[in-house]
Amino acid sequence: MADVLANLPKTSPSGPGPGHVDPAHGEGPVRRDFLKLAAGSFAAVGTVVMAWPFIHSMNPSQDVLALASTEVDLTPIAEGQAVTVMWRGKPVFVRRRTPQEIQEARSVPVSELRDPATDQSRVKAGKEQWLVVLGVCTHLGCVPLGQKPTDARGDYGGWFCPCHGSHYDTAGRIRRGPAPTNLAIPDYSFTSDTRIRVG
Amino acid sequence: MRRPMFNLIPTLKAAAVAAALALAPAALDTGARAAEGGPGSGHDVIRIPDTKFTFDGIFGTFDRASVQRGFQVYKEVCSACHSLRQLSYRHLTGIGLTPSQVAAISSQFQVQDGPNDNGEMFERPARPSDRFRRPFANDAAARAANNGALPPDLSVMVKAREGGADYMHALLVGYEEPPPGVTVMEGMHYNKYFPGHQIAMAPPLNTDGQVTYADGTTATVDQMATDIASFLAWAAEPELEQRRAMGVRMIVFLTILGGLVYAVKRKIWSNLHGE
Amino acid sequence: MAAGPHEQHKLSDPDNDVRHLHDSKVENPVLRWIDQRMPVISMIQLEYGSFPTPRNFNYFWNFGALAMVTLAIMIATGVILSMQYTANTHLAFDSVERIMRDVNYGWLLRYAHSNGASMFFIVTYIHMWRTLYYGSYKSPRELLWMLGVVLFILMMATAFMGYVLPWGQMSFWGATVITNLFSALPLIGEHIVTWLWGGFSVDNPTLNRFFSLHFLLPFLIVGVTFLHVVALHITGSNNPLGIEPKTKKDTIPFHPYYTVKDSVGIVVYFIVFAILVFFMPNYLGHPDNYIPANPLVTPAHIVPEWYFLPFYAILRAVPDKLGGVALMGGALVILFFLPWLDGSPVRSMRFRPIAKWLFLLWTVNFFVLGWVGGKPAEQPYILIAQIGTAYYFAYFLVLLPLLAKFEKPLPLPESIASAVLKRRGGGPLPAGATAKPMEKA
Repeated sequence: MADVLANLPKTSPSGPGPGHVDPAHGEGPVRRDFLKLAAGSFAAVGTVVMAWPFIHSMNPSQDVLALASTEVDLTPIAEGQAVTVMWRGKPVFVRRRTPQEIQEARSVPVSELRDPATDQSRVKAGKEQWLVVLGVCTHLGCVPLGQKPTDARGDYGGWFCPCHGSHYDTAGRIRRGPAPTNLAIPDYSFTSDTRIRVG
Repeated sequence: MRRPMFNLIPTLKAAAVAAALALAPAALDTGARAAEGGPGSGHDVIRIPDTKFTFDGIFGTFDRASVQRGFQVYKEVCSACHSLRQLSYRHLTGIGLTPSQVAAISSQFQVQDGPNDNGEMFERPARPSDRFRRPFANDAAARAANNGALPPDLSVMVKAREGGADYMHALLVGYEEPPPGVTVMEGMHYNKYFPGHQIAMAPPLNTDGQVTYADGTTATVDQMATDIASFLAWAAEPELEQRRAMGVRMIVFLTILGGLVYAVKRKIWSNLHGE
Repeated sequence: MAAGPHEQHKLSDPDNDVRHLHDSKVENPVLRWIDQRMPVISMIQLEYGSFPTPRNFNYFWNFGALAMVTLAIMIATGVILSMQYTANTHLAFDSVERIMRDVNYGWLLRYAHSNGASMFFIVTYIHMWRTLYYGSYKSPRELLWMLGVVLFILMMATAFMGYVLPWGQMSFWGATVITNLFSALPLIGEHIVTWLWGGFSVDNPTLNRFFSLHFLLPFLIVGVTFLHVVALHITGSNNPLGIEPKTKKDTIPFHPYYTVKDSVGIVVYFIVFAILVFFMPNYLGHPDNYIPANPLVTPAHIVPEWYFLPFYAILRAVPDKLGGVALMGGALVILFFLPWLDGSPVRSMRFRPIAKWLFLLWTVNFFVLGWVGGKPAEQPYILIAQIGTAYYFAYFLVLLPLLAKFEKPLPLPESIASAVLKRRGGGPLPAGATAKPMEKA
């Protein structure tokens, strides 16, 4: 409060206002200004520091951060099929691609892509049949279709987002529609030949 | 003009200071505390003996080694009956364990998960993010296994009992033969520090060496009781060290700020003194 | 609409429009533009800048500002905590523990909030004590005082419902006991209690509505605080001498004198607050509230939070259910009538040789009531509570009215300025006139 008021225009002193400077305290104003500045800056720093706990409390809490990994068993997934798992409250698509799908993905010239990336860069070496992507359209966050065999998979055989018509190919790359980038790839690793850990 | 009979404000100030001084030791003293017995205990006041803990006082911190030993006691003794439901294995990094040590510990426990694709619940090794395994599926199961008595959850036990960690320690070493004339009910045990003196819990720590400490500390009953009390104190207030450290910085900061603001106040008010 | 062309022209003439704008003295053009249309800056400047304030406040006059600061802290921490709290009987206790363990700085926010409630009552009790000692409730500040009592009652309701939210044993049994007070009302009592609970015991519906109301009431408090300040700025502040300022020499502008003095008080207050939050956060709480609520087991010794203890003692002083509830309610309601019960024209107890001692005795008595409120309901505590209750009411209903008639006050100083200067050892003062009724402001 005092800080705000300090900036207000001084009104004419009714009674002995701050305008009165007693000769006995001649060096008063200078010293007072310094003190005021020091006290004001201290108070300002303190206020900013105390704001941090309030702000930081709204960041992900420790229990939320601890749930950052999910394990997926790959054995039940047949070729050409896909499963959806939850990771950090979002769907992760795990698809076991057919050799033909891999072939399609690799035959596209990278320079033609909106978000250029080779198929090799989107899978783990030696595990080319497994494509793991975040099932969140990079346009505005809808979940694209294409996981169920009956779903529309779009013009490029990958996924199709029904919200605004984005088409993704069999490497999860954006090919047509408003989405700006390819489907994101979460951090994951193979813990064995048949298991992955996402996150 | 006659002055009032005595000047009230300085008197009150003195009284406030005196009250604060009187209050402060009572608040900060972790020493002998009196726990009042329940209505049935005839108001006998039980003196809880003071145990020296490293986290006593204003600047105290946890003794990591003792807290870790306490966790071992919990794991090998207490956890057979008592849950610690507010804690997850990942919290153990707070007692100085590394994430890989925590992962190794959690994987020793089986927790229930599911349902799986067949709609069935299944057991799997615990992950650090899982809560501590509970010894019983629910309160009814816990009572059924314990003669109708419910072993309380220990997560905030130190904050939930008058006397805190001192009381935990005292309770665990306070089992003895009932004094002459006192009959202990069937299934109950005499404990000189328990309100009412009759406790359903059988003496959990009864022989030296009941636990083999990894660090070679001799596991006397008193040592185990101290360690488990330290562990439970940490479990109840894992923020204690951060809180106290922050408090010290806060008060140093406010004291300086207070000095500055008071100097400004003196300066500004000195204008009025010239008249 | 029906105005002729000439008049229309006049209305849109900027020179004439200016009449409708506030005559702002603010220099910054942007702020001035705002201030002309919505004179908040002028208002702050008038009410907190140049506002003429008696020059002789002591530090007791800090506590209004401290209460305001505390209200701000409570709302800030409360809103953030409500983002993490779950109002469900199965989840409430665990959600609070999650705040303490897993939410970033959750322990700090929660301890600041729970201890903030205690600090709020400490500050408010001192603020009210000052009002009673210096007679600030007397004409023309009766409404100001009554709004203050409304604020106090709102605070009590808010604090009570907040204490229920962690859903510990004391939460549950406190809620049960306090809501059951209403069952003392004849005929409709039971129905009211069922309605308050939304069921046949304190349960999930109760917890949910208490959470909702606990969120709502602080904003009512903000509203009434605003009215409290509006009323204050009409009458101006009282002061330790209890005489109205007469000349400009008696007053000083609020800013910078009292803004800086309040700032000193605020920093000292924060130090006390910090000691509580960082070093003894559970000192004022009860261990039983760390035991999850259990509707089947009542704690052996159930007590409300410390700030309710004097009123709890009054409740228990009477063996009759309705009588106890009526007395406790009366102990609050009587405060509304205080400006008319105390007919003495002299405000400050400094000049009331008998009333001062009886009031200090009343203060001690209030502490005694608080002390017995925390003791079991048995002898000798019941007797002490009865004596204390009798004195609490007798002071207001008997002693103050009688003193107004029979007490001979000490001579009042000529003016605030003369009293202040004399205290500094200035020249001899004009001989004090005999006590006279305070001047009509």
